[in-house]
Amino acid sequence: MSGLINSSLRELSAALAAKKVSAVELATLFLDRIEKFNPALNAFITLDRDKTLAQARAADERLKAGTGTTPLTGIPLGHKDIFCTRGWRTSCGSQMLANFVSPYDANVVEKLAAAGMVTLGKLNMDEFAMGSSNETSYFGPVRNPWDVSRVPGGSSGGSAAAVAARLAPAATGTDTGGSIRQPAALCGLTGLKPTYGVVSRYGMIAFASSLDQGGPMAKSADDCALLLNAMAGFDARDSTSLERPTEDYGRDLDMPLAGLRIGLPKEFFGAGMDADVRAAVEAALAEYRRLGATTVEVQLPNSGLSVPAYYVIAPAEASSNLSRFDGVRYGYRAPEYGDLTEMYSRSRAQGFGAEVKRRILIGTYVLSHGYYDAYYLKAQRIRRLIAADFAEAFKQCDVIMGPTSPSVAFAFGAKSADPVQMYLSDIYTISTNLAGLPGMSLPCGFGNNNMPVGLQIIGNWFGEAKMLSVAHQYQKATDWHTRMPEGVK
Amino acid sequence: MSLNLEDVARIARLARIELSAAEREATRDQLNDILGFIEQLQAVDTAGIEPMAHAVDVVQRLRPDVVTETDRRADFQAVAPETEGGLYLVPRVVE
Repeated sequence: MSGLINSSLRELSAALAAKKVSAVELATLFLDRIEKFNPALNAFITLDRDKTLAQARAADERLKAGTGTTPLTGIPLGHKDIFCTRGWRTSCGSQMLANFVSPYDANVVEKLAAAGMVTLGKLNMDEFAMGSSNETSYFGPVRNPWDVSRVPGGSSGGSAAAVAARLAPAATGTDTGGSIRQPAALCGLTGLKPTYGVVSRYGMIAFASSLDQGGPMAKSADDCALLLNAMAGFDARDSTSLERPTEDYGRDLDMPLAGLRIGLPKEFFGAGMDADVRAAVEAALAEYRRLGATTVEVQLPNSGLSVPAYYVIAPAEASSNLSRFDGVRYGYRAPEYGDLTEMYSRSRAQGFGAEVKRRILIGTYVLSHGYYDAYYLKAQRIRRLIAADFAEAFKQCDVIMGPTSPSVAFAFGAKSADPVQMYLSDIYTISTNLAGLPGMSLPCGFGNNNMPVGLQIIGNWFGEAKMLSVAHQYQKATDWHTRMPEGVK
Repeated sequence: MSLNLEDVARIARLARIELSAAEREATRDQLNDILGFIEQLQAVDTAGIEPMAHAVDVVQRLRPDVVTETDRRADFQAVAPETEGGLYLVPRVVE
């Protein structure tokens, strides 16, 4: 049965349907692994064995009755702690919400539960999803299962570490500037950020509302397609959820690569990328050419402006979104205060960590009287230039490829003292969020110190099925995505 | 331009985040580093470019004006720091 920890979701589904394993047995297998390996990794921050097993028993009932089942019924997963989960503590990695037991489910949680998936627990993350290394979590950093002296990436670092260590077959993540793709790259996983508006943001604690998207993190493109099918769809409770016909995101998985045009932005292959990352990405591109794809150089001339534009827009939206944490209706309240203003400002000073406060302050400044035009509107104009570059590039290619992250996983403390250096970890991922495009990361080899390297695929707007097929064809020809860290065997 | 200690105090007040005098100096330096980094945006010519506020162009949907939620006040107030008789308690604001 322990072989099941490396199984694909389709294999787990088949084993459950054939009664070779029950949902309770499967949940127990992963809960036992969590008990054994999580103390060293700190990926899960909330567990509730009784709740998990109750959900698993319900899934077994459905499987036994044979009605209302889906391909995901009985398969366990972990939720990033940004997704409100009814009856579970939902902390968003912050002291502000350290005691918040959510009274409702996020749409994504609701949908995956309706599909019959079993919640293993809640996953650690950078505080309010602000970070690229998981070092900003109130609950302490997550450790990379490939080397526990290194970061797992962020902000969905707990999700990435849990799946990489086979503590869960899959996990949910969110991506505002790279928070699914960068940790997927640093932990050797496949992760997908959908086109903005495809997955509902209802119940997903807001960071930067015009950029935030939820998505799946798993071992393969095939797994991600199954998960996205269950996560995507219109939700009236999210004002920017898109009303589109239902899609099977796995419909093109078996489409061969012959004739595929891959755009390579020359800006993504410049001096910023480490040599080991470059070697692995170049080797992946050579494999794609061998499989029948052609590559063409494209230009994204404004992509160098994406990180500075993002660090105006995202903090601006965050300062507005996080104003709701006032110590009145939910969340942390300072123990001592005089008047109402002091209650607000002390609760926020004590409840938020340093990086969150920094971003709120930057956002407050760029939106303040006299600076709004110079910073906020300027950044929004540049955002349009960045999106227009992509539209132009996609006239010449079907997908865009490049590195996900400029380096492999770095050591704890390497960048945490210098916010700007940390922000540059997301230099290849941020532009897709600004444009609203879908993006993926998939493992394409190993770099220095035997750490995983991620290949990024950027799709055209609503090009998820194409992107997944392009990733799946590579994964049929290679086995990088099947590798597992030694320390958790 | 760079922020001085007074600017930092003003921004912190607007954001309702208490900063001690010691924190103000470190915060000033960090914010100035970040603002220095985003300063490069100013060099770009964006004349005639419409600001892009959102990733997709959609208009706000309207829904029929009917009740869609059930009353779960007790559930939602169970997570509040302090309530009484269905009301949220805060320090006195009107004498």
